[in-house]
Amino acid sequence: MREDRSPGSDSLFYGLFLGNTWSLDPTAKLVQDNPCLTEFITSVLALPEPSPSILSFTLRLAGILAASENRFQLLQQEKLLVRLFGRDGPLNSALWEDASVRSGWVEGVHSMMHHQPALRFLCDGGGIDVIFTLQGDPSLFVASAAGQLLVHMLTLSVESEMTKPLSTKDCDWPACAQMIIKRIEDSLQSSSSSHIEQSLKLLTSLFGSCRATWTEVLWLGIAKQIESFLTEETVQAQHMLANLLLSMAWSPVFCDTEGGFWALVTSALEHLTPVQAGPLAVGLLRLYKCPQDVRIQALTVLLQPMDCILRAASQPLEYAGLLDESVSDPATVESLLSSKSSCVSLLCQTLAHLEELLSLIHLPVDLPYTSLLHSLMTILQFCNGFLSPASPLGSTISRILINSFRVQRSALDVLAALSERKGCDTLLGSLFDVLLAYLESPNTSPTVLKKTFQATSKWLVRLQELSCSNSQWQQTEKILEDVFLVLQKRLCSPCWEVRDSSLEFLTALIKCLRDQDEFRQSLLSSEVLKLTENLLEDPESYVRASAVTAVGHLAFITYFAPESPAIGNQYNKENTVAKLQEILSTDPEGFPRRAVISIFTKWLRQGCTGQLEDTERFVSRVIQTVEHDLDWEVRLGGLELVEVFCSQTICQLGLPKCPYAPVSSAVTSSIHQNESLHIFCRAKVFNFLFQSLCDCDKPVGQRACDILLGLRCNFYPVSTLKDSQGAEDSRAGRSVAWLQRTLRQGSLAQSFPTDGGNGVDFQDPESMLLALGTIDLEELHDELNKSSDHVEKSPQSLLQDILATVGTIEENEADCY
Amino acid sequence: AKSPILAIPEEPSNSFSKKRNPHAEVYCLSGHPTLPCNVLKFKSTTIMLDCGLDMTSTLNFLPLPLVQSPRLSKLPGWVLKDGSTFLDKELKECSGHVFVDSVPEFCLPETELLDLSTVDVILISNYHCMMALPYITEYTGFTGTVYATEPTVQIGRLLMEELVNSIERVPKAQSASMWKNKEVQRLLPTPLKDAVEVSMWRKCYTMPEVNAALSKIQLVGYSQKIELFGAVQVTPLSSGYALGSSNWIIQSHYEKVSYVSGSSLLTTHPQPMDQASLKNSDVLILTGLTQIPTANPDGMVGEFCSNLAMTVRNGGNVLVPCYPSGVIYDLLECLYQYIDSAGLSNVPFYFISPVANSSLEFSQIFAEWLCHNKQTKVYLPEPPFPHAELIQTNKLKHYPSIHGDFSNDFKQPCVVFTGHPSLRFGDVVHFMELWGKSSLNTVIFTEPDFSYLDALAPYQPLAMKCVYCPIDTRLNFIQVSKLLKEVQPLHVVCPEQYTQPPPTQSHRTDLMVDCQPPPMSYRRAEVLTLPYKRRYEKIEIMPELADSLVPLEIKPGISLATVSAVLHTKDNKHVLQLPPKPPQPPASKKRKRVSDDVPECKPLKPLLSGSIPVDQFVQTLEKHGFSDVKVEDTAKGHIVLLQEAETLIQIEEDSTHIICDNDEPLRVKLRDLVLKFLQKF
Repeated sequence: MREDRSPGSDSLFYGLFLGNTWSLDPTAKLVQDNPCLTEFITSVLALPEPSPSILSFTLRLAGILAASENRFQLLQQEKLLVRLFGRDGPLNSALWEDASVRSGWVEGVHSMMHHQPALRFLCDGGGIDVIFTLQGDPSLFVASAAGQLLVHMLTLSVESEMTKPLSTKDCDWPACAQMIIKRIEDSLQSSSSSHIEQSLKLLTSLFGSCRATWTEVLWLGIAKQIESFLTEETVQAQHMLANLLLSMAWSPVFCDTEGGFWALVTSALEHLTPVQAGPLAVGLLRLYKCPQDVRIQALTVLLQPMDCILRAASQPLEYAGLLDESVSDPATVESLLSSKSSCVSLLCQTLAHLEELLSLIHLPVDLPYTSLLHSLMTILQFCNGFLSPASPLGSTISRILINSFRVQRSALDVLAALSERKGCDTLLGSLFDVLLAYLESPNTSPTVLKKTFQATSKWLVRLQELSCSNSQWQQTEKILEDVFLVLQKRLCSPCWEVRDSSLEFLTALIKCLRDQDEFRQSLLSSEVLKLTENLLEDPESYVRASAVTAVGHLAFITYFAPESPAIGNQYNKENTVAKLQEILSTDPEGFPRRAVISIFTKWLRQGCTGQLEDTERFVSRVIQTVEHDLDWEVRLGGLELVEVFCSQTICQLGLPKCPYAPVSSAVTSSIHQNESLHIFCRAKVFNFLFQSLCDCDKPVGQRACDILLGLRCNFYPVSTLKDSQGAEDSRAGRSVAWLQRTLRQGSLAQSFPTDGGNGVDFQDPESMLLALGTIDLEELHDELNKSSDHVEKSPQSLLQDILATVGTIEENEADCY
Repeated sequence: AKSPILAIPEEPSNSFSKKRNPHAEVYCLSGHPTLPCNVLKFKSTTIMLDCGLDMTSTLNFLPLPLVQSPRLSKLPGWVLKDGSTFLDKELKECSGHVFVDSVPEFCLPETELLDLSTVDVILISNYHCMMALPYITEYTGFTGTVYATEPTVQIGRLLMEELVNSIERVPKAQSASMWKNKEVQRLLPTPLKDAVEVSMWRKCYTMPEVNAALSKIQLVGYSQKIELFGAVQVTPLSSGYALGSSNWIIQSHYEKVSYVSGSSLLTTHPQPMDQASLKNSDVLILTGLTQIPTANPDGMVGEFCSNLAMTVRNGGNVLVPCYPSGVIYDLLECLYQYIDSAGLSNVPFYFISPVANSSLEFSQIFAEWLCHNKQTKVYLPEPPFPHAELIQTNKLKHYPSIHGDFSNDFKQPCVVFTGHPSLRFGDVVHFMELWGKSSLNTVIFTEPDFSYLDALAPYQPLAMKCVYCPIDTRLNFIQVSKLLKEVQPLHVVCPEQYTQPPPTQSHRTDLMVDCQPPPMSYRRAEVLTLPYKRRYEKIEIMPELADSLVPLEIKPGISLATVSAVLHTKDNKHVLQLPPKPPQPPASKKRKRVSDDVPECKPLKPLLSGSIPVDQFVQTLEKHGFSDVKVEDTAKGHIVLLQEAETLIQIEEDSTHIICDNDEPLRVKLRDLVLKFLQKF
């Protein structure tokens, strides 16, 4: 290992492997039985100039070995640990300059830090100082690991060395903890903002991971100092406080206390800048145990920029503002909003927070939805220059916001999220004016347009619900008419992203509104249908895929609806099916083919493919098209279709799927079995399923296996499974046995007989029944789940893949870490 | 070897024969910010910057139909409120609007503000900004030179040719002039009532005038330095807006004026804009910004394509009123990529203009004026513009007019590109009459020069759909503010329209030029003095003269020398030459007449410098025996009074006087004492 630097023998990988293996056995036996381990460490230490990666590995290895107290003692006896982790080790050599060595050192120490001797070894050797220094390491990985290590050591020290519980009056910390706490206190009192920052990070991580009561004792010692950071402007630590307070708020030690802690949180909301207080506010609003007054204050902080926007736009009095009073001086928010550099970022942050809140199913507070919506509309109108503000602040903001795509996107996201909240109905008319202006404007960028479509579809659903309840059909019809007019134009856009999102929008609308008469009428009277069908031949494959999906959904309204309207399009029902089948068999790109197969499955699920005979022919045709498709997702889609087909057929023919359903008599049951088996054979289902078992892409094989197992359950109640022994007597038996052998070879069976050349007749119901009964599908199932040449998730394989792809150059080896 | 150069402060009034104004001035002759016509008086030159022709005046006239239009000929005459009908032959009413029934007329640049015969040169920035050229060169006594790039001249000629052709081919029997009478105009409805300078409106020029005007043009290339009378150097720079379009640098040795007119930072077909050369300008004159600052050209092209496709798919025809050159190249390129994807391959595209063929061909041969991508195509070799392929595959057909071949090939639905964008003349008038009645058809306005509502007014009522997609690739205000930050001129001068938000969107304070110090604005018929004074002039010293100089260091790093020379000035170049040798002492006793033409050269007196410290001077006086010395402070210095000798010594900053009563030895003595304190050189 010391010599070999080939890609396969990566030291990190060995380290992980060894670590996982040896952590199971805490005795020293392993080291004693394998003297090569200590020899290896010794020989690395003897090298005049060990390579940083080998040294780093050695440090990690030694750390892992020293994790058990017995092995620690053994390594101590041989003075290996001192030489590796002590003052005379790499710590004071030139190699320390290398980040991987420092990282190895920290990780090694972290690994061994499971017992008091290790703790004392480090504290006595001055290791604490080193770790504190490493908190400010230029390598972020090392710095972060050092912080974690300190938290770990502090917790270990308190929890393993304490003899009696701590109290605020008598805090007799164990020695190691004492050292760490002293260092934290010192750096908090220092004037160095980086030291303060490191300590605050450390505390954040401590309070986040440790919920023991002693953390409160620790906190009480430093609370005053931290409180002072809120008001002292000389120290730049405010931005770290939000995280610290949030991590404390989640800890039962603090959030259940009366007074102190929450007073500090309130003070933080007041004193932090809006940008710093935003994350704290949104975090607090997610918290159930937050006192109501703090919650309201947090909400106020969050809504302040939105309130400011409303006021700046000088809207009529009914929407005078969002807030009755503000937590901090509104001038701060106003000045942030009137500066070019901060306005967009503050608004985007606020909007992101609001979206986060609105996405929560249960919000612990009520948001003023109407005013919020009004404020969002104002922002959107500022952004496209449609609003003329009367106030000077409004003019400044409008000037900054015009054409800001970032703000537009964020505002539209919130707008979409807001559609699910009730109480904004009075503004619907003007909301759609804003949305339509965005949809119509040629200046709307494709990404903003996509978001506008998303928001529009959600609000159209809301509009429809409302017009059902208040019978304002006229407004709805007018809006739908306008939407379809602009959709027509967008479907003709030269920009494919626009065509694509227009089609997605159409699909989304059909999904939600296809049962609504007004919607259907507006849609059918527009040119949208024709344009959508034209896009099935778009040069861009994404657009074709979206067009397939849209046409597939349109079919629910046009062809499959009970009273399907007579429309003179170039495609009628048969033509549309034929067109989609043509795409499935000839489109050179995978996306449109995937879209077709998923639409076919959807149609089948919804029972749109006609009577059983028609469906059988349809499925059979589709199977023959997709079984040789080069795209595994299309083949997988084909299997899904087959699964739906099988379960529907079995259901239709009366085989109860539900085990508690009344059992039909044995005679009728077997007749139906027979019939469905015949149907499956005729539709060439088995051919496809067995062939898929050997598919080179495992998800296909797994799915096929699952479907076959399902079918077997239907045809063989558990008790009647056949023994494969003795079945080889018949011809069918022999061929099935061959199939079984072939399948055992798994994906290696490259030459799977598609023509039944080896005597397996996949269309013979008898053979297939036998195959279902005798082939050990469970074994195959396990086998398929084990082998993983398609979806390979282990880090080892990933690492090997990376190394194999990039080849080994010394630099990229480091990158792989 | 180069002569040594001196820069000396220039006195406002010196011995030059032509009186020169130390200020530079801009005379604004056109109120149209994108069709500018300004005159810059700079150093001793008079430079006209662009020669734009405001054609919006034609919107007040009835269209000129190529084929007799029953609708237009039946329009009722306009009757005054009091029932008088004396104008009914001149003015016709259509859907509530009143139009002049006469040959369209154009609003010329101001000709009275200054004597245009004194214009030395005209610099043209792009082909749209030279349409008034024949009016200037042929009617004002202009004798100078016009400078423009080759594509500007060639395409400008095409535009003029199309204009002349489309007006001349529809001769109008009558010409209306009564309505222009000030008393009558007062009675007319808007916009005729408010039309400015109607007396200045002129009919279109003729082809011979165009040819004569164009013959005065001298072709220039980008970055070529052109000397004007030795005083000024002018240089065209690529402006990125159109083929051959230029900004101009006008500079002397110590001043630089940049003229930015019609520039674009977008990647379209022309060479990109040269921004770097605009740096360090004293004044930047900024004109020709986008006319539609709220419309992003990319979005508009998308809008154009979508509307075109929708119309054609519904079986309608599309009419695109346009100029024969410019944005049409980009539109055709866009359509080239779009038509197949939109399933429009079988729809014919017609380009109808008397200069269609030349325009399409010219665009392909000006390779050196194109953007890099298109230039590289030429070496492949491939035509730089894809419209060549559209023509080859018969998807794009071009015709000189609707007569002849076109009427045989004409198939509907189709897309027609034709002029003029004002909808007042050209073949577009015919298509408006032909297609206006059907709501299946669409007219798509892409040129931003005319208000589409005004353009459509004489065609009302109109069933045809109208789409406004103005594509203006010129700089918008965001780009301007970036440009100004980048090139940092000391002063910006621009039309007043750019210093306030557009009248219809008064809240859009982002739609104006924003710079420090605020821009100086001008309007039609205004003269603007540029905010800097010329301070230095460059003078060359002949090497022999320079050789003879003996500099004396008076302060560390500063040496002075007196120069006696003859200042020779010719063609705005100043040269110091050796003075003529002093006349030889006469060989004979005969007195010779001193030559008149050689200035007499007196022996040089040394120059003095330094200041006199009064205290020390008094001490010196006392040392030399003057008692009773009194010193008085005055506003400008001191008076040293020698009471006994009844003598005054006035010491001021720039002079010292010794006032004594006829005592020459005393004066000389005192003078020498004063001189001890001063340096001589």
